[in-house]
Amino acid sequence: MLELKNINYSVFDENINKDILKNINLTFKENKTYVITGPNGSGKSTLSKIIMGILSPASGQVFFNGKDITNLSIDERANNSISYAFQKPITFKGLKVRELLDVASNKKNTFDQLCDYLSIVGLCAKEYINRPLNDKLSGGELKRIELAMVLSRNSKLNIFDEPEAGIDLWSFEQLTKIFSTLKNSCNIIVSHQKKILEIADEIILLNNGQVQKMGKLEEILPLLENNTCHKLRGDKNE
Amino acid sequence: MNDIEKKLLEKITDLHKLPSGTFSFRKNGKSEIQNNTKDVQIIPKKDKNGIDIFVNPNVKNKSIHIPVIITVGGLDDLVYNDFYIGHDADILIVAGCGIHNKTCKKSQHDGIHSFHIGKNASVKYIEKHVGEGNGSGEKILNPITKIFMEDGSHMEMETLQLEGVSSTIRKTFAKLYDNTSLNIQENILTTFDQTAKTSFKVELLGENSRVEVVSHSVAKDNSYQEFKSNLIGKNQCFGHVECDGILLNNAQIISTPMIDAENSNASLIHEAAIGKIAGDELIKLMTLGLSQEEAENMIIQGFLLG
Repeated sequence: MLELKNINYSVFDENINKDILKNINLTFKENKTYVITGPNGSGKSTLSKIIMGILSPASGQVFFNGKDITNLSIDERANNSISYAFQKPITFKGLKVRELLDVASNKKNTFDQLCDYLSIVGLCAKEYINRPLNDKLSGGELKRIELAMVLSRNSKLNIFDEPEAGIDLWSFEQLTKIFSTLKNSCNIIVSHQKKILEIADEIILLNNGQVQKMGKLEEILPLLENNTCHKLRGDKNE
Repeated sequence: MNDIEKKLLEKITDLHKLPSGTFSFRKNGKSEIQNNTKDVQIIPKKDKNGIDIFVNPNVKNKSIHIPVIITVGGLDDLVYNDFYIGHDADILIVAGCGIHNKTCKKSQHDGIHSFHIGKNASVKYIEKHVGEGNGSGEKILNPITKIFMEDGSHMEMETLQLEGVSSTIRKTFAKLYDNTSLNIQENILTTFDQTAKTSFKVELLGENSRVEVVSHSVAKDNSYQEFKSNLIGKNQCFGHVECDGILLNNAQIISTPMIDAENSNASLIHEAAIGKIAGDELIKLMTLGLSQEEAENMIIQGFLLG
């Protein structure tokens, strides 16, 4: 469903060209859940942004359902059924939760439909739909609404950049439940959380901008435990 | 009313026809219709253009509409409207002016409004300004609002100016006495070569007086906006001014804050932020499927009308 071919990405920092991603080649299949993990700075979020079109690779190609989407804009990818949940949810001055859910789902929703979207993430529509999506909402509320927006789109490919960041324990348990029920889409989750790694069909371990290993949890865990730079959260040692 | 007049009326008051309650309708420099009720009396001024509006004490949940429309060019309309709100009243006042000018001569409306708000009364005042018509004649609106708030009174003032007004100079003055609160929300959009200058002078005279001024402005193309605020705290009081501006193209916004605490128990805050639409807001909406232009419009719409 999604294929990354020879993806490279670099930034110009302190007068030197720093490689963030080096020759990434990956294939993602439909209806599977993948977790991208790795130490801080290994290029996980950069890779997820390249898939969504938020960043452009220096070289390489992105194929989605056999079509080269490397040069497609963010909205063109979104309209080709790709969705993206931000690590740090974006807030607005004046836009209400209802309006954003309408845009996300591309229809004018009834109260009951809005209720369906928000109840999945444990929020009551009555309390939230007319509230502005701004900093007056807590980090956990913003994160849940971010998730609701993505889920309301029913996309074929969902990308979640560190969905566990900034949510409370209750939400975290819900989050893992939600991910384990997403069966009709390909899901790519950037995460450090062991519980999220456990629900993955396959895990991609990035290290220093390269794919160190792609495999099942039992293949990846020993590598993570041996890597002193990568602390897996939710592990017994934490 | 013809179709143009009906459309203008709808834009400034959200009404499809003249309301059934208290209203005064002014068209092309003349007072057309006035309707009094037992709770609210409108009395035309004898010495100049305008009306005095008297709201009886204790009147609750009533509304007054005083729309003005101008559909001709070459008109300079200066009007004085004075509101006297009785104690403990609770009232909604909907004003506003729409100019449809298809001529090459300018049309101007200067509404000078004063509000004398009695003890413990509550007023919500909504004012919308709209300009339209493709003539080269300017559409100018220069409102002055003077607010006098007696002890325990409350006022909410919402002003909205959308596209089409060539230039505006909006001045607001307020004096607040004990235990009063004034909330002002100003939203302005300017495009092309339009200019908008707004200024607020609020004197917090009474103990526990409180004012909140929030200005959201969007300046597009080559338009120019100025925002000046002056909060003067003369007692134990709280004042907060927030000026947020979005700039597009070659537009300019200048924000000049002034806060003057003359009493050591005054707490006054000014915040201002002017800049382009935040890139991450655009990206977020594009990840939901909107084009960049659609995303920009939605952000502006929410910013001004949300």
